[in-house]
Amino acid sequence: MDGMMNATLRDTVVLGARVIDPASGHDTIADVLIQQGRIADIGLGQGAPEGAERVEGQDSVLCPGLIDLRVQLGEPGREDRETIKSVTRAAAAGGITSLCALPDSAPATDDPALVRALIARGEETGSLSILPYGAVTRGCAGEQMAELGLLREAGAIGFTDGGRPIGPARLMRLVLSYTCGFGGIVVQHPEDRSLADGGCATEGELATRLGLPAIPAAAEAIQVARDIALARLTGGRLHFAHVSTGAALDLIRAARAEGLRITCDTAPPYFDLNEIAIGEFRTYAKLSPPLRAEADRRAVIAGLADGTIDAIASDHQPRDADDKRLPFALASAGGTGLVTLLPITLAQVHGGTLSLLRALELLTAGPARLLGLETGRIAKGAPADLCLFHPDRAWKVEAGKLPGKAQNTPFDGRAVEGRVTGTWKAGRRVFG
Amino acid sequence: MRHLLAIEGLSPRVIGDLLNLAESYALLNRSGKTQRDRLRGRTLINLFFEDSTRTRTSFELAGKRLGADVINMSVSTSSVKKGETLLDTAATLNAMQTDLLVVRHDQSGAPNLLAQKVEAAVINAGDGMHEHPTQALLDALTIRRHRGKLEGLTIAICGDVAHSRVARSNIHLLNAMGSTVRVVGPPTLMPSSIAALGVSVFHDMAAGLEGADVVMMLRLQKERMSRNLLPSSREYFRFFGLDAQKLAYAKPDALVMHPGPMNRGVEIDSAIADDPTHSVISEQVEMGVAVRMAVLDMLARPPAAGAVGGRH
Repeated sequence: MDGMMNATLRDTVVLGARVIDPASGHDTIADVLIQQGRIADIGLGQGAPEGAERVEGQDSVLCPGLIDLRVQLGEPGREDRETIKSVTRAAAAGGITSLCALPDSAPATDDPALVRALIARGEETGSLSILPYGAVTRGCAGEQMAELGLLREAGAIGFTDGGRPIGPARLMRLVLSYTCGFGGIVVQHPEDRSLADGGCATEGELATRLGLPAIPAAAEAIQVARDIALARLTGGRLHFAHVSTGAALDLIRAARAEGLRITCDTAPPYFDLNEIAIGEFRTYAKLSPPLRAEADRRAVIAGLADGTIDAIASDHQPRDADDKRLPFALASAGGTGLVTLLPITLAQVHGGTLSLLRALELLTAGPARLLGLETGRIAKGAPADLCLFHPDRAWKVEAGKLPGKAQNTPFDGRAVEGRVTGTWKAGRRVFG
Repeated sequence: MRHLLAIEGLSPRVIGDLLNLAESYALLNRSGKTQRDRLRGRTLINLFFEDSTRTRTSFELAGKRLGADVINMSVSTSSVKKGETLLDTAATLNAMQTDLLVVRHDQSGAPNLLAQKVEAAVINAGDGMHEHPTQALLDALTIRRHRGKLEGLTIAICGDVAHSRVARSNIHLLNAMGSTVRVVGPPTLMPSSIAALGVSVFHDMAAGLEGADVVMMLRLQKERMSRNLLPSSREYFRFFGLDAQKLAYAKPDALVMHPGPMNRGVEIDSAIADDPTHSVISEQVEMGVAVRMAVLDMLARPPAAGAVGGRH
């Protein structure tokens, strides 16, 4: 399959782009030669081999293809919301070349056959690696442990119940402990359910004014604190998804200082928006976890800058109009994020809170390191998964006009800077 | 004014205008006369997703006294669960050329959502824990008729503030009109950051009612006990139920109010509820019709410059 596809591949050379490889820290103007699906050479002035496709990279940045830690595919089960085909289009337009698929589909990814099927579906696209998570519990129902070892053997990248927290302490202890046996990573949605159930906004003045059932921000830190204690007890490899509060980040920071193998990610809404976005009952800004107070947004930015947060994931959750055109508490939580992942992250670079190198690390080398992937770097011999973007080109996010099927972006109407102009998957141009 | 979705965001001038108009309707109602030409040929639909005989009847009477064609639609939650969405309902109502739409819904923000999609003027008749604007207006009118003003009065709102749309609308209205507002109740029935809405918070009836001009009681739903917000209704009545002893902390001529329906012996002692020297509970019901006539009248007028519709 690999050889067959590469046989039809033309050599490509990207000329004069600012090449940033966060894995090594290299940041230079260079030409990058792509041959046989891999990066053949990085340098200046060697010129292009005969017959190679030439791509002008002046004023653009060439970085590794983005690796997205959290995506709900819509397939299987909710093809009305999103399909692998439509996700593939949106991912390519967003510079994403690998994505981790959440297991809370219908059926859930709790069977090795489904893991294999998803990986194969990704390979069929020719433009996107789908890295499936396995479910922690059967049906992601939170009760009986799924066949974690078999899921792992089939290629599951890690284990999570998606948007559902792994609730009982005993279950979490056993899962962390069992996965230690083969080095699996357990990804938690950090939210204490007894505090969060029925809630749809962060507790505080705004939720009180709107009369919405609320979730105290502490629901996150409470779950994080317990799980850190269980990671300490078991030696398990624990990762917290879409961390959104300063209190949780403080706990994670301290646990890492102690030497525990704990990592975390966040998603663009949590450093770009605060709870005010839900004002007037805007259901497109209804997310899980809910948007937080401004102080927490700032704490997330601090966590991105100081290294507490390892990765930025899109947390892409496709919903259709009917899922959202409901009274706020009844509307489905979640927002799309593939196409906005890079530009919303770049807003922090333009705003001076993150360096470009650090921002791109959070989108490429950071998640690659976390999952032990070969991709996420620009180096001789590495797979040519690449993203070329113009860092300053402005555009406006408009629900209804985004690539992909689902249009439920929480960033509707937002002016952003940074536009992907080319995406390559294993040396093949898949966007631009 | 295009819709009446919330008190929050209404200016004191608009509130004053509504109260003045309602006052004149109260007099008209007492005189036994009607003004059936005001809304002649207009269609008013009472769209109730949550049962409420008294509020629906009050709007129905208000509409009829002004000459509107009034239709009651009760949408049971079961038909909503069958897949008919709020927006399907909106499309139906548009097709029926409704002028005025009164909405009661158990979800906060549902009237706001409808208002985006229907051509009719939307009147919020209570949405979830959010607002109940006409209740606050009728409470204000009742107080004003007894005290001649709202400014400078101390009003204690007591009970389940957390789940109360009546409390929220009253807080916004009374603050806008210059009253001093207190909320009194156990901490588990107080919403987070409620003080930010401009109230002082009390967990003790003696301190909370001290020198109050008005004591406004809120309904306590039985469900609060099953959800562990309170240990029992007996304990609640002991500490927060309004009886003669607790009422004695307020001013000697304090008014006692309740939005109804009352749980006698839970949040209010029957002896107080029926005591004509304090209780204005029946008058609240009477003012309800007058206030709703004023709101319907105001919203049915052709749009004027400087229209206001509240925050939403």
